[in-house]
Amino acid sequence: MSSLSSPLADKRDIVALEGVTKRFPGIVANDGIDLSIRPGEVHVLLGENGAGKSTLIGMLSGLQQPDEGRILVDGKPTPITSPRHALALGIGTVFQHMMLVPTLTVAENLLLGGPWWQRPRTEELEARVAEITRSLGISVKLHAKVSELSLGEQQQVEILRAMVRNSRLLILDESTSMLTPKGIEELGALMRRLVGQGLAIVFITHKLKEAAAFGDRISVLKLGRKVGEIPPERFRTLGEQEIISEIVELMFGKQKDDPEAAERPTRTVRADAAPLLQVADLAVAPTENAPGLSSISFDIRPGEILGVAGIDGNGQKQLAEALAGQRAATGGSVRLEGAAIEALSVGERRQRGLRYLTDDRLGEGTVGTFPVSINFFLKQVGASPFWRGGVEQRAEIDRRAAQLVREYDVRTPSLKTPVARLSGGNIQKVLLARELAEGARAVIFNKPTYGLDLANTLASRQRIRDTAARGLAVLLISTDLEELLSMCDRIAVIANGSLVGTVANADDARTKVGRLMIGLAA
Amino acid sequence: MTGLFSEVFLGALLFGAVTAAIPLLLAGLGEQMSEKAGVLNIGIEGMMLAGAYLGFVGAFYSGSLWLGFLTGAAGGVAVALIMALLCVRIGLNQIVIGIALTLGLEGLTALLHHFQFSRSYPRLPAADATVIPLLSNIPVIGPAFFKHHLIVYVAVALVFAMGYVYRRTQLGLNLQAAGDKPAALDVAGIDVIRTRTIAVLTTGALAGLGGAYLANVGAGLFIPFITNGAGFLGIVLAMLARGRPVWVLFGALLFGVCLSLTTAMQVAGINIPTDIIQMLPFLAVMIMLVLFGRRASLPAALGIPYERGAR
Ligand SMILES: Nc1ncnc2c1ncn2[C@@H]1O[C@H](COP(=O)(O)OP(=O)(O)OP(=O)(O)O)[C@@H](O)[C@H]1O
Ligand SMILES: [Mg+2]
Repeated sequence: MSSLSSPLADKRDIVALEGVTKRFPGIVANDGIDLSIRPGEVHVLLGENGAGKSTLIGMLSGLQQPDEGRILVDGKPTPITSPRHALALGIGTVFQHMMLVPTLTVAENLLLGGPWWQRPRTEELEARVAEITRSLGISVKLHAKVSELSLGEQQQVEILRAMVRNSRLLILDESTSMLTPKGIEELGALMRRLVGQGLAIVFITHKLKEAAAFGDRISVLKLGRKVGEIPPERFRTLGEQEIISEIVELMFGKQKDDPEAAERPTRTVRADAAPLLQVADLAVAPTENAPGLSSISFDIRPGEILGVAGIDGNGQKQLAEALAGQRAATGGSVRLEGAAIEALSVGERRQRGLRYLTDDRLGEGTVGTFPVSINFFLKQVGASPFWRGGVEQRAEIDRRAAQLVREYDVRTPSLKTPVARLSGGNIQKVLLARELAEGARAVIFNKPTYGLDLANTLASRQRIRDTAARGLAVLLISTDLEELLSMCDRIAVIANGSLVGTVANADDARTKVGRLMIGLAA
Repeated sequence: MTGLFSEVFLGALLFGAVTAAIPLLLAGLGEQMSEKAGVLNIGIEGMMLAGAYLGFVGAFYSGSLWLGFLTGAAGGVAVALIMALLCVRIGLNQIVIGIALTLGLEGLTALLHHFQFSRSYPRLPAADATVIPLLSNIPVIGPAFFKHHLIVYVAVALVFAMGYVYRRTQLGLNLQAAGDKPAALDVAGIDVIRTRTIAVLTTGALAGLGGAYLANVGAGLFIPFITNGAGFLGIVLAMLARGRPVWVLFGALLFGVCLSLTTAMQVAGINIPTDIIQMLPFLAVMIMLVLFGRRASLPAALGIPYERGAR
């Protein structure tokens, strides 16, 4: 390896960015970014929602071209002209937004990209997948349709796909957002093993602990600019807490110890209050690749947050959808303020004050091509004061939307911007604003903070706490145990479509929930 | 009415049904391929007309039906090329361009035909049939299904060939991905624009061939507006068939029977106004749409131009 001993530092980069700038109408998404990516290193990219991380990845994977600056591959200036070109250069990417065809099976998705005249090489793929999944310790349902998988399972499939391709640079854009703590740890271990073998990895996350635990080099982006880098030599000399506080300083300019540290809630729920949301023996029939629900029962009192912990894909989505009325229940009852609502439609339940914040923000949560302003009132289309006699009241909509944008701090170029153009965190704020609006009595949150940066995560959590403090009943579904511990009054554990136990959020809650999750009695 | 008479009548009716079904089948198969790949191809009526005109001209001057089919398919491809350029590459609205192409070709083919043949409508000699031994001896069924021009059997074989392509080949996966989630196909390293272009050009070839069959074998001559909505019927068939070529075949035969019945009833002089009889195929469309339309499932990205990196 004579190139490694070369005196020129950038000889070691397999990919390097030099002064890369990318502009979109009304915004500079990347502004003169320099970055070096080396074999044997996990390069962590950090930054708030909208900082420009995904835009950078888009240029590395051939989806977009820089407006200024250049990209060097193996030291040579190389415009990456298409995704195919990127793959040929050995750059494999797991994108932030799902890049799987929902109507094809997992196997077919993995086969996509082969020469068109060939028959899909299914046997070859199966052998290869078996090999990789064994070493990864994950299992995938190769013959399940992608649309039937949970988002977490889809994320695993995408990681698997990048592995199948034998890339020499692996890019993971928020690939841990949907994984369980155990899954994240395994992915971290895998990344360490891969860089040990000489791969280069670019890893984007919003979890500072992951950055400190799995990274070698950290770059921080802020509003499109690179505001700091911790090179490996320095990284190795710092402890976890030092790294985290240094990153926080780079990102937010203020020093603070682990800002996510669990803070036990101080709210008091009146034990004698009548339950606001009562669920008894709720059941949903299983489909081929998704678990059903059986005898789900719980009560939530006003002002109470009930958490649902569990490994993704155990019926969380089914539970949320059955409560919201989007999925037919096969039995059981749901009562809101004492009145049975299980026979009501989605709209009627919403009318009564039951609100649902989906985890599928772009898919079912919003209409991506509609402007931000309309997305605030999607569920009130046709209702006054925003529509009168079937006619859209532009002025009224814009007035109220502007108010919500201010109140929820939605960062958008304008009210007319299509919502899909916003960064993930800002889309979530639009949803929050919509669902918590007038008349909410009980709110179901499904993974409310996935994909959000630290500031937005903390703000969303505070919103949820405030929601409960206003006397609403909150059901909080999450795969992030820290999140549940920092917010809930009680935590129920879901496994295989039923609640296997509920524990009060006291000092020993962490171990109790952990035991329930791996199948032991609390 | 003797048994013999009804047997002959039934045979002729079914023979006519097959003849009427073939252009619909080819149009439906073609439209299905475009739609699978995410392109709503309303220009297909125009592609059929181009195929019918050029197919007729090719056969008329060369004296060879096969050469006619070839020029017909080429005519369809030529129109499809415009569609691919404007809608797939540049990303213009597929409905607007489709309608424009159809209207444009209706005028253009009528005009060209008028220049060339003035007001005369020369005929081609009747197409010779390929008689399938044994099978063609079955009463009623035999003469109805097994005494057609070779291209008919080719068209039916295409149904199964395309079923194979969709279900068992890499190309089939690519097409479906291009229609359901083009971005996923793109990041897998396959050019979405190229995939959709291939689909649209194939549609053009199939529609052109369908048009050529309609003129050269079905009618034996070209008259302006000869397709009379066959391309639109193809669109309906493709939408109802939910991506399965066999269903296009069934649907095309059903419409073929209606069309043939229309002719038969007029010939038989049944005492119903012809206007009402001629409505029959369209009544069938409506009944089919009411019965099966709700279950039709269309690709998620149908009609949406793909632009890399846009969101
Ligand atoms: N195709 C596009 N058209 C217009 N604007 C875009 C486009 N892609 C990104 N942007 C804008 O560029 C900025 C950077 O977005 P980007 O997705 O790179 O952020 P990010 O750092 O990945 O954020 P997140 O953590 O929320 O994923 C945002 O303001 C976004 O609205
Ligand atoms: Mg991003």
